[in-house]
Amino acid sequence: MTTTLAGRERGRWAIVLFTAPFFVLFAAVVVAPLGYALWLSLFREQSSGLGFGGAQSVFSGLENYLSTLADPAFRDGFWVIAAYAALYIPLMLGGALALALLLDSGAAQLRRFFQLALFMPHVVPGVIAGLIWLYLYLPGISPIVAALADGGIHWDFLGDRVLSSVVNVAVWEWTGYNMVIYFAALQAIPREVLEAATMDGAGPVRVALRIKVPLIRGAVITTLLFTIIGSLQLFNEPVVMDSVSDGIVSTWTPNMYAYAEAFGKNDYGQAAAASIMLAALAAVLSYFVTRWGNKK
Amino acid sequence: MSRGAVNVLLLIATVYMLLPLTWLLFAATKSLPDLYATPGFAFADLNLGANLSAVAEEGDGVFFRWYLNSLLYAGLGAALGGLISVACGYAFDKYDWRGKEKLFGVVLLGVLVPTTATAVPLYLLASKIDLVNTFWAVFIPSLVHPFSVYLARVLSSGYVPGEVLEAARSDGAGEVRTFASVALPMLTPAYVTIFLFQFTGIWNNFFLPLVMLSDQRLFPLSLGLYSWNTQVTAFPEYSTLVITGSLLSVVPLLLVFVLLQRFWRAGMTAGSVK
Repeated sequence: MTTTLAGRERGRWAIVLFTAPFFVLFAAVVVAPLGYALWLSLFREQSSGLGFGGAQSVFSGLENYLSTLADPAFRDGFWVIAAYAALYIPLMLGGALALALLLDSGAAQLRRFFQLALFMPHVVPGVIAGLIWLYLYLPGISPIVAALADGGIHWDFLGDRVLSSVVNVAVWEWTGYNMVIYFAALQAIPREVLEAATMDGAGPVRVALRIKVPLIRGAVITTLLFTIIGSLQLFNEPVVMDSVSDGIVSTWTPNMYAYAEAFGKNDYGQAAAASIMLAALAAVLSYFVTRWGNKK
Repeated sequence: MSRGAVNVLLLIATVYMLLPLTWLLFAATKSLPDLYATPGFAFADLNLGANLSAVAEEGDGVFFRWYLNSLLYAGLGAALGGLISVACGYAFDKYDWRGKEKLFGVVLLGVLVPTTATAVPLYLLASKIDLVNTFWAVFIPSLVHPFSVYLARVLSSGYVPGEVLEAARSDGAGEVRTFASVALPMLTPAYVTIFLFQFTGIWNNFFLPLVMLSDQRLFPLSLGLYSWNTQVTAFPEYSTLVITGSLLSVVPLLLVFVLLQRFWRAGMTAGSVK
């Protein structure tokens, strides 16, 4: 931007001034904790022989990682996340894409109203969303449970099938949000492209699937990336339901596991190892999704 | 697909999205016995006043304390954090320096770091400097929002033409002056957008306050309502408190979003076009 040498000199101070607040804070609340977690994960608390006189930190290499990985509770957490993601991601993103295409189809009326109404749940904080749905799952209070029972269906939302209930809360929260992103991307498609396709005799469904969807591929990849990262962190909704659901244990997801290790057992080394592995998995998955997205 | 079918499908989705909120509205007007005894989507004896005063009285009015806390964490945090992000994004957009794109890569990586992965180590670090269980323990981490920096860079290139800055510079304005009096006014819509995103992010944050805070009087709303809900199994009367409290905490947010539609739409459009 600045072309003269003097301008460049002046600019240097400005750059520092404008970017330093962010990067100083970033270093303090993102980089430092990650580094500290890495450090902690390599140590183990060992109580001195007599059991009193306090514990001692002993370097233990990868022991925390191995014992975390060997813990069935931790591994179960990943299976829960995998099942959750397999159900949630296609349902939510597919639903968001379908709704965006419907809104963009030209047949939709009251577009602004629909967009706003569908977006509303996203404004509700995750914990509150969890609380609202918790009551909608609770026999005795829930009109949904009552209506299903009247129809002869006895569905226990909070028992063995609690996973689908948690998925439903997340679908409710995030579909509208992603729909608005897709809709914005769809609106940015040059109209001539679509007109040309229609002239060639393609029907609206064909235009939607063969032309519109490939053209908003970038938005789909980005939302997929954020949805995967979000799924890995699953915590708020199941924690809220934990108090009344038999289907949820305190180590149900990897994040809940890390929380329980840190604050239930005071095993910070193990909690750190669990956190690091979760962050590493997020990094690996992000890498593959981005690489896959950049292909073609 | 016919015009009718398209609208019917959209309508079904809308009903699904609005049903829980409608139920909340009905439920907040009911007494505890009516909550169990009457249909979910029908009014019973109007008990909203009593529910509201129960919420207000519980724990010496701690609910309003939570409300104020949430407003402070989210309002101040988004105002200050938004400014930090806008300044940083502006610098990324309008200046060149060595290693700029690498540094921006770090910001993008920051977007992908699960915030919950840093919360437990952050707690341990905070406990070393005696910040645990203070306002700052939740407030300071809330200021950092890498996605806002990304958004600010995108929006800055759209809202602030380089020529305007050159004109200000040739008039003798320094870099900071140029930013504060020329660029920042042009970035106001971007700032509002970023403010909104950061505000909801902080308002929704649960894990960090849960980890950091033990003093009830420092809780934000989400943590406070959660703590009430953990009592429900033992004391069913907390149900009405949780339900009415949830309604009270959701309504202002819904209003803000309806009124400021233009801004979050702008942010999401910018986020999607990348």
